[in-house]
Amino acid sequence: MARTQLNLAAHVVRLGSQTDFAGWRDAARRLATNDIPPEDVAWQVEPDREDGASDLPAAQADARLVVPRDFIERAETVICHCDPERFGFLYRLLWRLRSEPKLLSIATDPDIRRLEAMEKAVHRDIHKMRAFVRFRKIGEGPDERYVAWFEPDHYIVERNADFFVRRFTGMRWTILTPHASADWDGERLAMGPGAAKRDAPAEDDAEALWRTYFENIFNPARLKVKAMQKEMPKKYWRNLPEASLIPDLIAGADKAASDMIARMPTSPAPHHAKVKAKHWPTPEPSDVAAPEADDIPELREEAKGCRRCPLWRDATQTVFGEGPENADVIFVGEQPGDQEDLAGKPFVGPAGKVFDSILDDAAIDRHKVYVTNAVKHFKFEPRGKRRIHSKPNAGEIQACRWWLDKELDLVKPNLVVALGATAAQSLLGKAVPITKMRGDVVEREDGLRVFLTIHPSFILRIREQEDKEAERERFLQDMRKVKQLMGA
Amino acid sequence: MAVLSVREKLAILSDAAKYDASCASSGSAKRDSLRSGGIGSTEGSGICHSYAPDGRCISLLKILLTNFCIYDCSYCINRSSSNVRRARFSVDEVVKLTMDFYRRNYIEGLFLSSGVIRSPDETMGEMVEVARRLRIEEKFGGYIHLKTIPEASAELIEKAGLYADRLSINVELPTDEGVKKLAPEKKPETIRLSMAKLRRKIEEKAEPTLQSRRRERFAPGGQSTQMIVGADTTSDDGILRASARLYGSYHLRRVYYSAFSPIPDSTSSLPLQKPPLMREHRLYQADWLMRFYGFSQPEILAGSNDGMLDLAIDPKLAWALRNRGRFPVDVNRAEREALLRVPGLGTKVIDRIVETRRHRRLRLEDVGRLCHSIAKVRPFIVAEGWSPGALTDKAGLRQAITRSCEQLSLF
Repeated sequence: MARTQLNLAAHVVRLGSQTDFAGWRDAARRLATNDIPPEDVAWQVEPDREDGASDLPAAQADARLVVPRDFIERAETVICHCDPERFGFLYRLLWRLRSEPKLLSIATDPDIRRLEAMEKAVHRDIHKMRAFVRFRKIGEGPDERYVAWFEPDHYIVERNADFFVRRFTGMRWTILTPHASADWDGERLAMGPGAAKRDAPAEDDAEALWRTYFENIFNPARLKVKAMQKEMPKKYWRNLPEASLIPDLIAGADKAASDMIARMPTSPAPHHAKVKAKHWPTPEPSDVAAPEADDIPELREEAKGCRRCPLWRDATQTVFGEGPENADVIFVGEQPGDQEDLAGKPFVGPAGKVFDSILDDAAIDRHKVYVTNAVKHFKFEPRGKRRIHSKPNAGEIQACRWWLDKELDLVKPNLVVALGATAAQSLLGKAVPITKMRGDVVEREDGLRVFLTIHPSFILRIREQEDKEAERERFLQDMRKVKQLMGA
Repeated sequence: MAVLSVREKLAILSDAAKYDASCASSGSAKRDSLRSGGIGSTEGSGICHSYAPDGRCISLLKILLTNFCIYDCSYCINRSSSNVRRARFSVDEVVKLTMDFYRRNYIEGLFLSSGVIRSPDETMGEMVEVARRLRIEEKFGGYIHLKTIPEASAELIEKAGLYADRLSINVELPTDEGVKKLAPEKKPETIRLSMAKLRRKIEEKAEPTLQSRRRERFAPGGQSTQMIVGADTTSDDGILRASARLYGSYHLRRVYYSAFSPIPDSTSSLPLQKPPLMREHRLYQADWLMRFYGFSQPEILAGSNDGMLDLAIDPKLAWALRNRGRFPVDVNRAEREALLRVPGLGTKVIDRIVETRRHRRLRLEDVGRLCHSIAKVRPFIVAEGWSPGALTDKAGLRQAITRSCEQLSLF
């Protein structure tokens, strides 16, 4: 029936092979530029005939035929599909593209749906070939070769051969399929005619190992046969060495799983007691509470396990203060940020870099000052792959003040610099208007002088370059004042 | 002890590795063996070479170097008190197995984990040696995933990142309390620090160096982790909270959820039941919503009673039913972000809708042609000639959708 229809067509295109894209393209150009509609064309594959387009009129040189590049690429894929109507279908799309240039973007069009479905089928077949080709080894030493038998659904061997070259460059291999074969001798890729399964070698010694792996990596308590078959349809099974195990694994799964569950807990393995004694000795119970830390390193150690507020749960680690224990001045920031949380050191992130460079300009040596934060754990909201800093609340500031007070006690500075509102709140025990009081020195009841200024991250957030420079300059002035006060 | 054959070792050490959920071999740097003349390639997307009847893909040779272990984590079959058979591969054996399997196109590469014997550094050192031998001596270009040991030295981790595509450290359980209880010898603090160090190293190496302007190679496939679900009492909300923290803090590529599986010779402290596979599946779906659909973690379960994902319907549909005020969404006008919230519309379908509507208006049947099942979508969208009217707020909507979706899957 199809044959009769074909012969009735006004033009017959004879392609050199199932995947003769060049032939199709040439014919399509001749046909379209001569305004020959799709229904007047029949497409045939006749490998023995040379010069497939000879019966067709020559392409009209002055006729415009503009096709999106995308179409050519997609047609090259679809030509590998096994549907015998694909040549005519692609020509029909080309025909429609002349008057509907945006056709490929109309995903709801039935022809486009079909194009997509065919593309998808070819891509899937290509992917499955990459997955399910199983090489078997023949020969030893210089004669070593790997041969596989595979049955693809579509005409994909040529298109897929380069993948195997890129992957198995250092190996001599042949892939045999009913339609075509590909052979790599280590230097050159050669395409050949189709073959039969009996041309491929029999099982090799790695297959028993592979089956052992397949059997043991399977967890019988999680049987999901449908999920398996969706990705590895039965049609592939006959050429997969491991597939013969599947029926027994499925049949035995329930029993294997219930055996696992039914097996009662037994006594520990004989060697367990020895391992335990050697690696995990039970610590001696001590009645004495840990002595209070009396220097900064001890305090830092103690703070590692801090649970005074819930912020430790999400943070990586406690970020403790850093600097010489006899420093004249302590700088107190708000809380560690993303980078500080990872590194475990205060002021190493972007704000820390700004801080460092301004200290430098003010001739304050960062190594001679003590730098810490009012809150020692990073508080944040996760947003995708970022952590958005969120402000510590009064309770968290209050809880962490315990550590800050200890730091002040041990370092005994003659000046403390509060960087930003949170630091000021922690040091003064109440919220103060930082912008209004900036540059002031407040003396606490215990005599400690607290210098108030902004947090350097404020400078980072200014967009306008000019304003940013001005703000940096103001902060530098603050730091110069600090430098003077340090000596006083 | 009788000497075990490679095949016996493989049986023991792949059985011991089957509770590791990770299987991905994608997302690494592109590589092939044309220049080296060796064997192996990675081209971005991974390839699953087989599927086990448990529905899980087999992409990598997933084995343990040894299942001897000095730890005694109660959820783990290899814990020191377990009576399981023990074996230990030599470096040679792992290298040869990997190459033999790869040459036959059984696998994409190697996933190597290990019990800890004697010391973390000794174990890690051998794992790194396997990777080095594969890369340098065998000119192996396939995928290598190493499970690093948190306590291992920084130099070893650095070397591991040089040869491996991906490094991972298991957080094991969603909360520190859970780890302390079920894995008393493991330190959650150390695990976090190791992940922080890995992230810093990966970022540092991703910067072009000043001298050569070339990026150094360091774990191009990033880092991942695994959490066991159902071994402790943490709710789904708590699990997703832990994941959101891990993605944000350590830039993990993936968090794997491994439904706690009853293990032979289990300790009495754990539930003896089949793994909650549907729960695991729902967690993966919710994880997907966070990574690709713009959902923030707290909103996925906001308004639910018990902080648990609905087992009967997917998390996006459950969310939409709780947030009906945000629907219907007009497929011809709405922003991509709003379309991503519509149940039944995936990212690819949305791309097609956005592309198509530049040229023509979409009707309900057009959307139906693009998506998998229009039944789920219909109550939540407005299209040319279609408005759901009172359908969006209908009391029995949930039942109606589940019923029509079931019918679809029957035929």
